[in-house]
Amino acid sequence: MKTWIAFWNILKKDMQNYYLKAPNISWGLIFPLAWTLMFFIRSEQAVDINEILPGVMAMSILFGTTSMLAVTITFERKGRSFDRLLLAPVSLNIMVLAKTSGAILFGIINAFIPIILSSFVINFSKVNWLIVLLGVLLIAVTSTLLGLLIATSAKEVFEAQTFSNFFRFPMLFLCGLFIPINDLPVILQPFSYILPLTYGTDLLNGALLNAGLMNIWVDIAALVGFTALLFILSLSNINKKWIL
Amino acid sequence: MNILEVINLSKKYDNFAAVKDVAFSVGEGEIFGFLGPNGAGKTTTINMIIGLARPTSGSITLAGIDCVRNTKSAQRVMGIVPDESNLYDDMNGFENLCFCASLYGMEKMQREKKARELLLEFDLEKAGNRPFKAYSKGMKRKLTIAAGIIHEPKMLFMDEPTTGIDVESAKQIRELVTGLKQRGTTVFLTTHYIEDAQRLCDRIAFIVNGQIVKIAPVNELLESSQAARHIVHFALNGSAAAFDDELKKHFPNYNFEEQDGICVCYAHQPFSILPLVNFFEEKGLSVYEAKSIHPSLEDVFVKITGIEAKKLANEKEGGRK
Repeated sequence: MKTWIAFWNILKKDMQNYYLKAPNISWGLIFPLAWTLMFFIRSEQAVDINEILPGVMAMSILFGTTSMLAVTITFERKGRSFDRLLLAPVSLNIMVLAKTSGAILFGIINAFIPIILSSFVINFSKVNWLIVLLGVLLIAVTSTLLGLLIATSAKEVFEAQTFSNFFRFPMLFLCGLFIPINDLPVILQPFSYILPLTYGTDLLNGALLNAGLMNIWVDIAALVGFTALLFILSLSNINKKWIL
Repeated sequence: MNILEVINLSKKYDNFAAVKDVAFSVGEGEIFGFLGPNGAGKTTTINMIIGLARPTSGSITLAGIDCVRNTKSAQRVMGIVPDESNLYDDMNGFENLCFCASLYGMEKMQREKKARELLLEFDLEKAGNRPFKAYSKGMKRKLTIAAGIIHEPKMLFMDEPTTGIDVESAKQIRELVTGLKQRGTTVFLTTHYIEDAQRLCDRIAFIVNGQIVKIAPVNELLESSQAARHIVHFALNGSAAAFDDELKKHFPNYNFEEQDGICVCYAHQPFSILPLVNFFEEKGLSVYEAKSIHPSLEDVFVKITGIEAKKLANEKEGGRK
């Protein structure tokens, strides 16, 4: 069977039905703008957009991917249209990849909105774009898989939202997005290193500001490891909870 | 030749046995009915066949494919029409059909051609451009059936195809099911409507408390019931209740009941109605009509399961609209 036909059509369907809807596109624009504005308004001294850019990018990806995937899957599960995918002769791995690809693309697009907006005031000539792209991709993948793990644990849309926030808000403070990890209380610092977003943000900090805490390969290895772990956990959850 | 073979299939959830040693086979091209009350194990059995549940023990073979070990291969040759129309609300009828076809690897031109053909066949061509959410319940159900057969499966599983829809749509769906049989598709049908099963199915399995209590061709079930019970309705110009004792004395092998002004006589042997007509005439009761009643599948169902068929239909939705 031509699996790629199923893969492409699941992805296309999700993009058309969810990600490319006007409210989601506007949300992808408004969200990073609102956060950047908040920094300008709340800060007592002048804000260096360059410094907050990696954090705003990571946060945009995190919120975009986890919200969308967790909600759309829970929504499809509730309306039972998700059963169509489970009953299609497409392997569970391919189906999960197709479902997550839409959210990953949405996350990547979300990440580049702050870059496009800030390109008017920042000189990006010394940026290593390959590492930025890799960082954005890996943050999008890990965040999407986190959304999938949440979706496989929630029965209702509101549960998915609550679970998402349970993970997301601590990550805003613990992963070095706006507060450097070294400035956190010592007792909290170990928690930072068990969260994938820490490594993604560090990768972006290194590529955009040349201010990475860890070696680039450590960041990449950690993110690849988290990707594999979250993928396996999500598949195991689907197998256990959805195929009884 | 059998297309589906289910052998000693069981499913346990913790200590609860939902399905116990179920075994049956479905012949190629037949419409096989699967009947039982809520909680009898119908859905669990179907879920195990289609790959939404894993059997605790037993085997399932569909078109020569082991459904438990090669679930995805088996899913290629089956079509599924769930009890709820579960297509995508924001996509139109045509897009929904094309999407479902794509899940089976059909090329764009092939799936668009097939989708157009099905919209025409299912009398939905004018609604093809409308979003699914704007469809009536009957139209939704028809499109869901079309989505289930777009890849031309060898066997179609239909769960409650006529539940919750109007009489006209139900009639159209019954015709579609008959049409499927004529084109050689095997249909596995579950329904709460005994009359649908009687009209459509070649054979029926009754499942109660996770066990199959009877499997037989519909004709055989009806004949056995007919042989076991002979019923005649007498429409009289008065009540026969006053002559109850005399009726019992003259016709000791018969039973009598008064139902909605009709005297119902039944016996386990065939009987002549003439002595009864004479008896009523002698008592001054005119017999307007004497009608021999053939037991329906509903009677068979009640006899086998001990469950009133009306209760069965109401379990699902409070009767057809």
